[in-house]
Amino acid sequence: MSSHSSVLGAGSASAGGVSGLAESVSGVKQPEPPKDRMRAQRFQDALFHQLTRFFAFSVLAILAAILGSLLYGAWPAIKEFGFGFPFSSEWNPVTDKFGGLISVYGTLSTSVIALVVAIPVSFGIAVFLTELCPPALRSPLGIAVELLAAVPSIIYGMWGLFVFAPLFADYVQPALSMTLGNIPFLGSLFQGPKNGIGILSAGLILAVMVIPFIASVMRDVFEVVPGILKESAYGLGATTWEVVWNVVLPYTRVGVIGGVMLGLGRALGETMAVTFVIGNAHRISPSLYEAGNSIASTLANEFAEAASDLHVASLIELGLILFFVTFVVLALSKLLLMRLGRMEGEKT
Amino acid sequence: MIDSSALYRKRARTNRIALVLSMVAMGVGMGFLAWILIVLLYKGVGALSLSLFVQPTPAPGSEGGLSNAIIGSAMMVGAATFIATPIGILAGIYLSEYGRKGWLAPATRFINDILLSAPSIVIGVFIYTVYVAQVQHFSGWAGSLALTLIAIPVVVRTTENMLNLVPASLREAAAALGAPRWKVVLHVVLRAAKAGVLTGILLALARVSGETAPLLFTALNNQFTSVDLNAPMANLPVVIFQFAMSPYENWNSLAWGGAVIITFGVLCLNIVVRTLFRKKI
Repeated sequence: MSSHSSVLGAGSASAGGVSGLAESVSGVKQPEPPKDRMRAQRFQDALFHQLTRFFAFSVLAILAAILGSLLYGAWPAIKEFGFGFPFSSEWNPVTDKFGGLISVYGTLSTSVIALVVAIPVSFGIAVFLTELCPPALRSPLGIAVELLAAVPSIIYGMWGLFVFAPLFADYVQPALSMTLGNIPFLGSLFQGPKNGIGILSAGLILAVMVIPFIASVMRDVFEVVPGILKESAYGLGATTWEVVWNVVLPYTRVGVIGGVMLGLGRALGETMAVTFVIGNAHRISPSLYEAGNSIASTLANEFAEAASDLHVASLIELGLILFFVTFVVLALSKLLLMRLGRMEGEKT
Repeated sequence: MIDSSALYRKRARTNRIALVLSMVAMGVGMGFLAWILIVLLYKGVGALSLSLFVQPTPAPGSEGGLSNAIIGSAMMVGAATFIATPIGILAGIYLSEYGRKGWLAPATRFINDILLSAPSIVIGVFIYTVYVAQVQHFSGWAGSLALTLIAIPVVVRTTENMLNLVPASLREAAAALGAPRWKVVLHVVLRAAKAGVLTGILLALARVSGETAPLLFTALNNQFTSVDLNAPMANLPVVIFQFAMSPYENWNSLAWGGAVIITFGVLCLNIVVRTLFRKKI
């Protein structure tokens, strides 16, 4: 390089320097890339681009294939039972009459119980992790919360059935019956056989399982609140709780709802834990203590042993309903979280 | 501030109560984690022994282990990771490197995040209708495919996140040297993010090793040792499920032993991965 500049002479302008440099580079017989090599590279580039594009597209194709095949598999049941399927409580493999109401009810009621319990606890965990926790503990405790999500669902099931359920039956269920059970109208929800399994137990175990998901999202969205907003509130003399409730929560409301929807999506589709503790009885009863069945637990129990084609088709239709509902819930969750992300983008 | 008014005291009290409750919530979360782990250790460690790893699943009441289930699980999880890794990485590359414009990248990102949380049992139903019902028999391949579909979104998500962390100047420097785009991506960007991408694969591995629901009616189960992926295959989660629900004591204790193996394997993977890449996932 320095030898070239001596050739150019001291007085050459910068523009001349550039052209001189180009000349000298070609002068040193830098082999110009042959035309076909250029073409080969351009071809490889295009090939690689299309290859990655193909696999990105395959993710969409998976979704389409799932929807399509479920619809195809469920078609005999859809044709046979029509739109009444989700609202009929009949489920009788002997007479080949099927309806999804019992499973749908089980799925919805367990998920609602799970959310009622999980939302306040997750909120508390997120507040603790973002506002109270000493910085040194923040990371290990955050990981610990995420580990709760990593425990396989079948482990929750075993723990729920063999450890949680007996204690729940002996101590919690009688206490709930004595207190909440005396409220008019609502009371009957908390009466019934106290054996520890059923809709309520399944809902509570689901709550433990979705807490890490909701808490992680809440923590993440709480962390995007601009420090200046919180500091202003503190500067006005607000307490920590007032800052959380009146500044952080309103600012992140959309994201918090997104997190709750994510938890709901998880709860709706959870299978093994529910299968262990829900009791697997095909009936709807007014009590939350009674055994029931969710869509996922019905599938887990009956799919491999379904005898008639209509039975299989009805089970697939249940799967289709489950997939559709979770899809909508998760899509809403994602949209809400994206809206919060955009807000953050505008701020900066 | 010296203020003894009732309002001030009320605000301070509300604050204290709320913060104590938030600590209680944290305690509840940690309590459940500790409770589950302690129960597992208490019930499962007694069942751990050498024979658990070398003997196949027994008949009710006789001696045995879980070797066939462990082999089956390892094969299916291995196959699933092996198939999902290239697909997930290439799709992740598209999202991060080519996904600036057009509709495909945002759509894929959106759908991928939904598939990440989609009910795994429905994936099982899907594989059943498109594969098991067509070939008329349960098989290890069907189980692997179901696990693959669960692993792909995990790999896609982490790959994209990790590639996004690679500074643009690195790409520009490589491009300025005349490297074609695909070489920039594979030899510079992907190499810079290697550790992170590996993390994603490990997370996917951890995620699928505990999955039970999609295997119930794809791989089914097999009481004998089999390495034929084209036949029904024993696997840890389904064996645990069956044995835990059975009335036989030796089966129950094997189920707890299997539960310990799976849980601590999965948790160790998660802890390692998350402590190494705390900030980035």
